Amino acid sequence: MASSEEDGTVEEKENNNKKRTKSALTTAWLTFYNIAMTAGWLVLAMAMLRFYIKKGTHKGLYRSIARTLKFFQTFALVEVGHCAIGIVRTSVIVTGVQVCSRIFMVWLVASSIRQIQNEESVILFLVVWTVTEITRYSYYTFKLLNHLPYFVKWARYNFFIVLYPLGVIGELLSIYAALPFVRRSGMYSMRLPNKYNVSFDYYYCLIIVMLSYIPCKETVCLEPTFKLLQTSFSCKTHLTHSKGSKLAVRMRSINKKVIGSISSISENYG
Amino acid sequence: KVRSNIHNVKSVFVFIYSDPRWYPARQSLTLDPKGKFLRDEEILQSLPVGTTATMYFKDLGPQLGWTTVFFAENIGPLLIYLLFYFRVPYIYSDRCAFTSSPHKVVTMACVCHTFHYLKRLIETIFVHRFSHGSMPLRTIVKNCLYYWGFSAWLAYYINHPLYTPPSYGEVQVHYAMVIFAICEMGNFSIHLSLSHLRGDRSRGRRFPVPSKNPFTWLFFFVSCPNHTYEVGTWVSFSIMTQCLPVAVFTVLGFIQMTVWAKGKHRAYVREFKDYPAVRVAIIPLIL
Repeated sequence: MASSEEDGTVEEKENNNKKRTKSALTTAWLTFYNIAMTAGWLVLAMAMLRFYIKKGTHKGLYRSIARTLKFFQTFALVEVGHCAIGIVRTSVIVTGVQVCSRIFMVWLVASSIRQIQNEESVILFLVVWTVTEITRYSYYTFKLLNHLPYFVKWARYNFFIVLYPLGVIGELLSIYAALPFVRRSGMYSMRLPNKYNVSFDYYYCLIIVMLSYIPCKETVCLEPTFKLLQTSFSCKTHLTHSKGSKLAVRMRSINKKVIGSISSISENYG
Repeated sequence: KVRSNIHNVKSVFVFIYSDPRWYPARQSLTLDPKGKFLRDEEILQSLPVGTTATMYFKDLGPQLGWTTVFFAENIGPLLIYLLFYFRVPYIYSDRCAFTSSPHKVVTMACVCHTFHYLKRLIETIFVHRFSHGSMPLRTIVKNCLYYWGFSAWLAYYINHPLYTPPSYGEVQVHYAMVIFAICEMGNFSIHLSLSHLRGDRSRGRRFPVPSKNPFTWLFFFVSCPNHTYEVGTWVSFSIMTQCLPVAVFTVLGFIQMTVWAKGKHRAYVREFKDYPAVRVAIIPLIL
């Protein structure tokens, strides 16, 4: 029936249009988000440079940029939302852990323990974060605009080799420097006896966080980055051979013998 | 009429490779490198292939039977809690070694916790009929760490010298104990009924239904009442001890069991056309 066919194609076109507008909207939002974050971290970088040039020292630098840092780092929570809805194809857990560890460092270590704000390690991880984030967000922006300069791509895949260990060192040293102050003040801690029969010692929590840096960072940050490198720079992913596929090649030649004997067994009995 | 199935193929595989390492439970055969693995019971004639088939082999790693797994997972919490109850030295301060708490609630909690895990061990040996043969070693280590670790954490606080008894006193403890007992009996009844279902192969595959036992009447509302009763057990235990770590364990267990229950519910709905529409996965009328 002609009219129902027409209705069918009209509906299909409407669906396609909806999909296209949805993906145009998504791309527009993601582009805006990445440009905004690049700009934000650039602002942070400028503020840090200006402070250092003017004052000649890093003491008081954290205080001066604390609010901007808190805003932009917390806003990165939106990325977890992106993964959850599916407009960005990354695992929610991986992104979640990365963003949470950043927010933990900013809100629960650097901002709340004033005595360590003038430490060199804090400046170290701030600088590392700034460079990393600017590279990352500009990479995403250029990719969305379909115009990726080679330098940005090169930076994304090579900076992290130096920046990553430096960042981990900066964060670990900052937490280590904070330990005596946490112990003395007993902050964020709850002792027995209490109505809920639970206790929490932020001092030991920080020590456990420091110890878990190695396994967590390896699985959550390094592995996904390595996979990213493999799939982007090589056409064939030679590195993802599993035991299974190697054996499959051997199996196939022997398999014919096995299946031959099985099929003869089944012919006799089936 | 004997028909060959995948299990025969796996046995022949072991024979050809003459390597006892690749025992059948450890093999995973698929028709497609990325496809789902073929079950042992699948008959070769029913496979979607011609006269010959190419199968892909994957080593699943060392495997342990379900009974061993359940046994390991449940013996740990049982013994660990008792270590804390009897205040073995080096856990709490030296003065408190081998002393006992003045609160009755602590002893009741120990009795309940021990009873719960003893019941599970007995069910593992005598009641449960497990379907698949095995579980990979890594999963077992992970599960054991989870159960043993949590039981150590909650036992530490309940048996601590500075433990605070529940705010509403004896009333809270007694009501919680009654609910605990009801849920344990319910859980046991459901396990019995499920194992009877499985043993009764003569009538083909059927879904569980309520029987004369009042505890099984939860089957009217829920696909997995064993999980519902289990959640009830732990909620009552956390009310009885008024201990936040127990509540955390309850919440995490609830989330995991909801995931399992929803999967089971979906499988039932898909398999049985006459499945009762009023049933939900784990919480009557809600979830």
